[in-house]
Amino acid sequence: MNLTLKIWRQPNPDEPGKMVKYHVKDISPDMSFLEMLDVLNEGLILAGDDPVAFDHDCREGICGMCGMVINGVAHGEQKATTTCQLHMRHFTDGATVTVEPWRAAPFPVIKDLVVDRSAFDRIIQAGGFVSVPAGAAPDAHAVPVPKGDADDAFDAATCIGCGACVAACPNGSASLFTAAKITHLGSLPQGQPERASRAKAMVEQMDLEGFGGCTNTGECTAVCPKGISLDTIARMNADFLKASR
Amino acid sequence: MTAIIERGAATSPIEPVEPPASTSAPSPRRPRKPGFFATSTGQKAVMAVTGAILVTFLIAHMAGNLKAFAGAESFNGYALWLREVGYPLLPKRGLLTLAEIGLVVAIALHIWSAVALYRRAAAARPVRYAARRRSQAGGYVVHIMRWGGLTIALFVVYHLLDLTFGVVNPAGGAATPYARMIEGFAPGRWYVTLFYVVAVVMVGLHLRHGLWSAFQTLGLARWRPQLKLSATLLSVALVLGFLCVPFAIMIGAVQ
Repeated sequence: MNLTLKIWRQPNPDEPGKMVKYHVKDISPDMSFLEMLDVLNEGLILAGDDPVAFDHDCREGICGMCGMVINGVAHGEQKATTTCQLHMRHFTDGATVTVEPWRAAPFPVIKDLVVDRSAFDRIIQAGGFVSVPAGAAPDAHAVPVPKGDADDAFDAATCIGCGACVAACPNGSASLFTAAKITHLGSLPQGQPERASRAKAMVEQMDLEGFGGCTNTGECTAVCPKGISLDTIARMNADFLKASR
Repeated sequence: MTAIIERGAATSPIEPVEPPASTSAPSPRRPRKPGFFATSTGQKAVMAVTGAILVTFLIAHMAGNLKAFAGAESFNGYALWLREVGYPLLPKRGLLTLAEIGLVVAIALHIWSAVALYRRAAAARPVRYAARRRSQAGGYVVHIMRWGGLTIALFVVYHLLDLTFGVVNPAGGAATPYARMIEGFAPGRWYVTLFYVVAVVMVGLHLRHGLWSAFQTLGLARWRPQLKLSATLLSVALVLGFLCVPFAIMIGAVQ
């Protein structure tokens, strides 16, 4: 396949960026989107150009490092798929593909397609933990967890923190990410003592970072590679309102 | 043997870092925790509660309008009753004035929270996407809520001037409510009726998202598909209830 790529190039956080057009040839439909970018970068390096910087790590859809807005959709149009698991067979030969970084004030561009997602770390630091005496691992059945709660917690815990929810949200809100963490910990018995303070602290940190507010558009859950449900946001709101009483 | 794992060592410093957004002079104080109404979730809760008040009003308003089918006497009698309800225990127009104050406060707070959330959203995405973003979740919602809200606000101003104060109504403010309504939607004023249709449909679309969204915001959304369906059904019922009166007048069924 041959493709025309329009990619956001920005040398560093302080210099303005722009969309630059590239042509890639002989792309295998079995390549992932990142492998296609690797091919582009090999060509750029051979030509003495600066390769396109992008985040990636496991390349099997579980680490949350990769992510770019492809043709206006975070992680591309394939549902429940990270960029690394998006394959070129979903594109048509000769197509023009725009590739942009996550766009949000709390996610400043470091270089090209790489954004600084430390804001997520600070939201976690504000309350995304359970305070337990860390000794030897407890017996698996020491604290009984009802099956339904365990399922809710696990579904929310599949969030990989990639930031696609922020990128897709028309308000630039981090509600789905924050809500996933609040639901994950708040569904389990170990998370109960800090449940109210956690929700309050994490929501306040989310606002402090400069993320927008949620207007329940559902764009986040539609692009989420893990399909985190909007139910988590209802739960975050409930916990937050309870903590504010 | 003890392992000491420094929390967050692999990511970023533990100290709360000032968000890069604050470009003003650095203050020596630590950022104060925002109050309830300064948080996005608090602002959303204000929007949900005030929205609920306004929906309650809309339902009563729509039900009252249907009195038009019972004739002039019934319609005017209802309008008079609204002004005299509770009299002589309450002063004339007492309950109505109270309701009006409540509605104005609700509208003001609803708009305040919308503006606050809009400003937050605008600040959160200073650089726009180059590609036209195709919505992945029926994305008319954002536009219908913000621009639709503005349309509805302008409509309410016209609506009050037309039927409440009679300023732009051919029958004038001194006429009975029924006469104002009949004259206002007379067949010759089809453009007014058309404007009403557009505005009421806008209200319906606003409610279709707003109704279930309020439950979600208040953390009460449990069965989301059913909740969304109920919101749609109630919106459709309201739109039909509001539109049947002007239509009936336009085709001459109510005179």
